Amino acid sequence: MTGTVHTAPLPDLLCARCNVPLQLAKVNVAYLGNAFPVELPKCPKCGQVYIEEALALGKMVEVEQQLEDK
Amino acid sequence: MEQRDLRALEEQCIQECAPPCTAACPLHVDVRAIAAEAARGDLDAALKALRKTVPFPGLVGRVCEQPCRPVCKRGEAGESIAIAALERACADYGALKAEKTRALPKRNHHVVVVGGGLSGALAAHDLARKGYTVCLYEALDPVGGSLWSYPEEVLPHALITQELNVLETLGIEFHLNTRVGVDLTLDALREEHEAVYLALGASATETFGLELDERGRVKIDPITYATSRAGVFAGGNMIRGPEGRSAIQSLADGRRAAISIDRYLQNVSLTASRSGEGSQTSCLYTRTDDVAPLPLVPMASPADGYTRPEALAEAQRCLQCQCLECVKVCEYLEHYGRYPRKYVREVYNNLSIVQGTRTANRFINSCSLCGLCAQVCPTDLDMGAVNKRARQAMVAQGRMPPSAHDFALRDMAFSQSAAFALARNAPGADASDYVFFPGCQLAASTPSHVRAVYDYLGGALPAGTRVGLLLGCCGAPADWAGRADLAKSAWEELREQHAALGRPKVVLACSSCHQVFRQNLPEIEVVLVWDLLAKHGLPGLGARPGQGQTVSVHDPCTTRQEAGVHANVRALLTALDYQVAELPRSGARTTCCGFGGAQWLANPEVTRKVVARRVQEGPADYVTYCAMCRDVFAREGKRTLHLLDLVFGHPGQPGGPGPNWSQRHENRARVKRQLLKDIWGETMDGQAAYESIKLLVSEEVRARLEARLILDEDLQRVIEHAERTGRRLLQPQTGRYVASYKPTAVTYWVEYTPQAGAFLIHNAYSHRMEIVEDEPAAGQGGVA
Repeated sequence: MTGTVHTAPLPDLLCARCNVPLQLAKVNVAYLGNAFPVELPKCPKCGQVYIEEALALGKMVEVEQQLEDK
Repeated sequence: MEQRDLRALEEQCIQECAPPCTAACPLHVDVRAIAAEAARGDLDAALKALRKTVPFPGLVGRVCEQPCRPVCKRGEAGESIAIAALERACADYGALKAEKTRALPKRNHHVVVVGGGLSGALAAHDLARKGYTVCLYEALDPVGGSLWSYPEEVLPHALITQELNVLETLGIEFHLNTRVGVDLTLDALREEHEAVYLALGASATETFGLELDERGRVKIDPITYATSRAGVFAGGNMIRGPEGRSAIQSLADGRRAAISIDRYLQNVSLTASRSGEGSQTSCLYTRTDDVAPLPLVPMASPADGYTRPEALAEAQRCLQCQCLECVKVCEYLEHYGRYPRKYVREVYNNLSIVQGTRTANRFINSCSLCGLCAQVCPTDLDMGAVNKRARQAMVAQGRMPPSAHDFALRDMAFSQSAAFALARNAPGADASDYVFFPGCQLAASTPSHVRAVYDYLGGALPAGTRVGLLLGCCGAPADWAGRADLAKSAWEELREQHAALGRPKVVLACSSCHQVFRQNLPEIEVVLVWDLLAKHGLPGLGARPGQGQTVSVHDPCTTRQEAGVHANVRALLTALDYQVAELPRSGARTTCCGFGGAQWLANPEVTRKVVARRVQEGPADYVTYCAMCRDVFAREGKRTLHLLDLVFGHPGQPGGPGPNWSQRHENRARVKRQLLKDIWGETMDGQAAYESIKLLVSEEVRARLEARLILDEDLQRVIEHAERTGRRLLQPQTGRYVASYKPTAVTYWVEYTPQAGAFLIHNAYSHRMEIVEDEPAAGQGGVA
């Protein structure tokens, strides 16, 4: 996962605990000792992050497999 | 894998061995390639392939004695290919592009060839091509030797002249009408040249004062063709004599002598690595019992040889010999497009790589480890054993992709957990004579069979036999995953439980368990349920549910070496009044269903091919005696019954699709709970909090969960965590919640709506990549 991954437009989601909309923020994701900065929707108060299905089953799986074969 | 192991494995695969025709030819003409080109109709390319080995292609097809023909595999299905006639047709109709004569680096050595027959001509040709200055002495004019003795209709004289013209174009210096031994001496020649090849022909009487053999002919070293005099070599019909005349052998002698002279002049070993020269027996295996016989293509006019269309038709009869026995029977080996000789090197490279991409990880994990390759291999090469060792090495190196076997290992952990694992003597007994170990998948697939077999054992075994129950996992998934650590601890646990039960005989209902016990717990006596059924008789004497119906048996791959089991299963089917129509691959040559070795996890595409091929091999319903085989085929729509369905009946729809992954867990848990209650009068302790979460899952969502290998318990854990901690996201318009939780290595996401005390599931997905949160809230270890 080179560089920053831009996800789809910000989803219409609230953090159910803090009752505030999520905002795009830089988040680190990691696998097998490799960390990458990604821009993801995140609760500005409690830090809860959202990963949408297309990202989880698309780019993330791809990168997971690449790293597993390294 | 050490490099020498790799070499030994590479050697074991014979696919790259020369076919019988090429091996038998002392010049190793690539007949297979010639026939392939000719069969395509490209006689130019065919001639080029012939010319690669023989510089006189027009001659060889007319004079060769064809040591290749008696060994041609087509002879086992029709008649051997007319190889020389095919070569003649290549020369007659094919055209060579004007060859660019490469400017050869001249070597400062002078060589002389005595005798302008086939042997001398080929030696002179080869040496000139290597850059030596070659003089050719011939007693007559022109060169050609015994070629001139063939009748014109067999070998037109103009053709001899035309074919030998290549010698002049190579700049060979001709000394015609010059008899060595009469007009000038060998000593004189030897003084001016550093090496001599004597090829005077069958009628030669001159022996030049060289050491002779018992026949009075010049004696030569059989490997190098060196005579007793340094730098002097001899070959061809001169050595063989009139009784041993052979055109093809003369050519081969010329080539061998040229190699010796080249080595002699370069001052390197004359004898090293020469075992491959000359006529050989091929090590290639080519199966012909399944080849339809085809007769020789006749010639309309034998004197003129094949016409072009006749030659094409004859070439098309060539079997294009190759082995590929394993590839033909294995979808996995077929899928990757190569054969074990190539595969073992890829596995080796994958294990040896220090930096870069390990391109064979998926290949190694896609093998079902079923051993069919070894079963059909003429040299017993077992890719399954290679792949299993490779997986263990990958684990030891810390290079096994975590995703490869994770699901199977977690399934195994479930079976070993308190939810399923159990070891009990019969109620009131303090030891067992027999203990039933149904394994994980029979309990998962058809839980009622576990109780039925347990009850059967109590009734069928002699009165007073104490029958216990052992629930758990045999460790096969860990073994397949290369996890020697997990496998060993599973076996250790089984060993301890077995000892605690008084070392009873273990009754197994799964051939994978059986294989694992036999290989890894050899001190434990085991017996398969089918063998007991065959020995002690079927329950409900007189019931013959088959009513003469025909079924086909799919033998589980782990019974490959168990001929007694195969026989017992068929005897049981006969007793149940079924007719058995054997599948083309059964018994020792049966196939894996794709579950073995966790192939289905690593490579669902290969498993789809495996199953698709297997289910269309017979039109009748299949009967098998492995719960996984049954469920795999049934899921693909092939009506497949478990042998126990026929013996004990099936509570639901026999032959139809089995339970989904979540139900498999539930079924195992239910087996334990039910048997504990019914037989031992015990109730199990309370459930974990998440287990009380009620789920509402539509069929569409269920199919998606199955494909994504997401279990109900994964959903329950996410929802339980979200509801308890409040850590969830809300989509205000729909009222749906989205939450995630990472129980161990995988993060699961669930979209759900609470609904009257239950939770309606809209979607779920997962990933292995972790979110590194910078503000971890205390007490919320879920999303690490």
